[in-house]
Amino acid sequence: MLLGGLAAGMVLFIVSVGLSITMGLMGFVNLAHGGFAMLGGYVIVLSVNKLGVPFVPALALGFIVIAAVSVVFERLFYSRLYRAAELDQVLFTIGLVFVMISSVTLIVGPENQPLMLPAWLQGQIDLGFTTYRTYSIVLIAMGSLIMLGLWLGFERTRIGAQIRAAVDNRRMTETLGINIGRLFTIVFAFGSGMAALGGGLGAEFLGLDPQYALKYLVFFLIVVAVGGLGRITGVFFASLLIGVLDFVLKKYVPQGGTLFIFALTILLLLWRPQGLFGRNNA
Amino acid sequence: MTNADAARSLVERHRLRWWEPVPWILAVAFFFAFPNHLGFGTELLITVLFALSLDLVLGYAGIVTLGHAAFFGVGAYTVGMMAKHGLWNEPISSLVIAAIMGALCGLASGLVLLRTVGLTLLMLTLCTMLLLEEAANLGHHWTGGFDGLDNVPIPPLFGIFEFSPLYPTTQYIYVLCVLFLCFLFLRTLVYSPFGESLTGIRENTLRMHAVGAPVRKRLVICYTISAAIAAIAGGLWAQSNAYVNLSTLSLDRAATVLILLVLGGYGRLYGAFVGAVAYMVLSHYLAKVYPTAWQLGLGLMLMVIALFARNGILGIFDSILRRVRGERAMS
Repeated sequence: MLLGGLAAGMVLFIVSVGLSITMGLMGFVNLAHGGFAMLGGYVIVLSVNKLGVPFVPALALGFIVIAAVSVVFERLFYSRLYRAAELDQVLFTIGLVFVMISSVTLIVGPENQPLMLPAWLQGQIDLGFTTYRTYSIVLIAMGSLIMLGLWLGFERTRIGAQIRAAVDNRRMTETLGINIGRLFTIVFAFGSGMAALGGGLGAEFLGLDPQYALKYLVFFLIVVAVGGLGRITGVFFASLLIGVLDFVLKKYVPQGGTLFIFALTILLLLWRPQGLFGRNNA
Repeated sequence: MTNADAARSLVERHRLRWWEPVPWILAVAFFFAFPNHLGFGTELLITVLFALSLDLVLGYAGIVTLGHAAFFGVGAYTVGMMAKHGLWNEPISSLVIAAIMGALCGLASGLVLLRTVGLTLLMLTLCTMLLLEEAANLGHHWTGGFDGLDNVPIPPLFGIFEFSPLYPTTQYIYVLCVLFLCFLFLRTLVYSPFGESLTGIRENTLRMHAVGAPVRKRLVICYTISAAIAAIAGGLWAQSNAYVNLSTLSLDRAATVLILLVLGGYGRLYGAFVGAVAYMVLSHYLAKVYPTAWQLGLGLMLMVIALFARNGILGIFDSILRRVRGERAMS
C-alpha cells in the first residue's frame, strides 16, 4: 500500500534535492527548477520514444544535457543575481519558466508526452510478502541508492565538505580560499541534472507537458521548505512524508487531501521556520 | 545633495506634480472614447486597484508575497456569497464588509506570517493562498466549488444605476470612483510619517529596530490595510462581473499582479497604473492571437527587467529624463 507513495516520494526527492542544495547554498529562490525538471523529462522521454534510445542511457543523456544547459544559464544570468534582492530572483526565474514553457510548446507542442517504459520495467514483481509494480520498486531502489550516494558524497568527499562549509558560513569558506563561484556552478549543474533525472523518472505517473514546470513547483518548494534548506536527509524524509501522505490522502480522502498538506506545511513552517531538519542558526 | 536640498525634497515629496492628474483624465476620456470597451476598462481599473494594494506591501514595506490574491479572493467571495445566499447585496456596504473581511484575514495571517522572512515568508503566503483556494474548492455548498457562483444578484447602485453586463457604464464609473478614493487614501498614507517608516523598514530593518520603531506592528498594520484594499478590488470584481470563481484565488492572479506591478515599477504608486495598462492591453490583444508568443515575450521581458531594469517602465523613463537633464546641466 505504502509503496506507491514511497515511489512518488522518491521522484519528489530526486527533483527537490537539487533545489534544496542550490537554495541553501546560494540563497537563491530558483522557481525555474521545475522548468529544468520539465526540460530534462522532455529530453529523456523524446529520446526514448522518438530516437529509440534505451531507457537507462536516455536518463544519463538527460542528466548530462540539462546539467550542461544549466551551466550556461548559471554563468550568464544566475551569477549576476546572487546578491540581488529576492524579488529580482523570483521575477527572473518566473520569466525563465515562461520562456521554457513557451519554447517547449512551440517546438514540441502542448500535448502530454507519455513515456514508453521498456518491457523489463513493466508488469508486476513478486517481493515475497506482496507483489507490486516493477517500476515503483525500481524507483524506490533508485531513490534509496541516490540518497545513499549523495549522503556519502556529502559527508565523505572533499567537494561535499566544501559545500557543507559554504552552506553553513559562506564568507568564512571564501576566506579559506575555496572558489565559491566554481562550487556554485558545479552544484547548480548537478542540481539541475538531478531535476532532469527526476523529470524523466516521474514522467510515467506525473505526466509530462509544458505546464509541468509550474504544476509541481509548489510541491518541490514545500518539500524543500519542510525539509530544511541545504539538508539532504531533510529533503529525503520530507519527500517521503509528502509523497506517502499525498498518496494515502488521495486514496481515503480524495476531496480534502491537498488542503491538509497545505495546512500541515503552514503549521510546520510556523513551528520551525528553518524546516524540520534545518539547523537553528541556519 | 546638501542637507538643505534633502530637507526640501522631503518636505516637497507629497506635493502634487503636474502630471499626476493625467491618468485620471485618460480614464475619464476612455469612458467617452471607447464606449464599447468599458468591460475591459473596468477590468483594467480593478487590476490597477489590486496592484496598488500590492505596491503598499511590496514597494513600500518590502514584503515579498506570492499570495496576495488570497485577499482579492476573500473580497470577491464575501460579496458573491452574501449576495448569492440572499444575506446582503447593497453594493457600497457590501464593499465595506468585503474590506473588513479582507482586513481581518490580513490581520490574522499578518500577525502569524510576518514573524518570518525570506523564503519561509514566500512559502507561507503562497501556501495560505493555496489553502484558501482549496477550501473554496471544497466548500461547494457555499462557494459553488470549481464552477464558482454565477448570476450573483447585484441591485442598482443607489437604487438608480443598473449594473448591466452588456453595457457596463455604471460599473466603469463606480469602479473609477472607488479607485480614486482608495488612491487618495494610499497616496496620503505613503507620504505620511507612517509610510516613511515603512520605507525605512524596507531599506534597513535592523536600523529601524535600533531607532526604536515598532517594526512588526507597522508591518502588520500595513499588511492589514493592503489586504483590505485588495479585498475591495476583489469585491468590485465580483460586482462588476456578477460572478465569482476560483480564479480570484489562484496563483495565476497573484503572479500576474506581481508581474505587472514590477513591469510598471514598484514603490511609486503610478507604477501600478503604467504596468496594468501595458500588461492588460498587450495580453488582451496579443494573448488571444499568439498565446505562446505572448508568454515567450513576457518571460523574456521579465528576465530583462530583473537583470537590467529593476524599476520597471517608469524607472527607465526616470533614468532617461535624468540623463537628458544631466546633459543639459553639463553643457
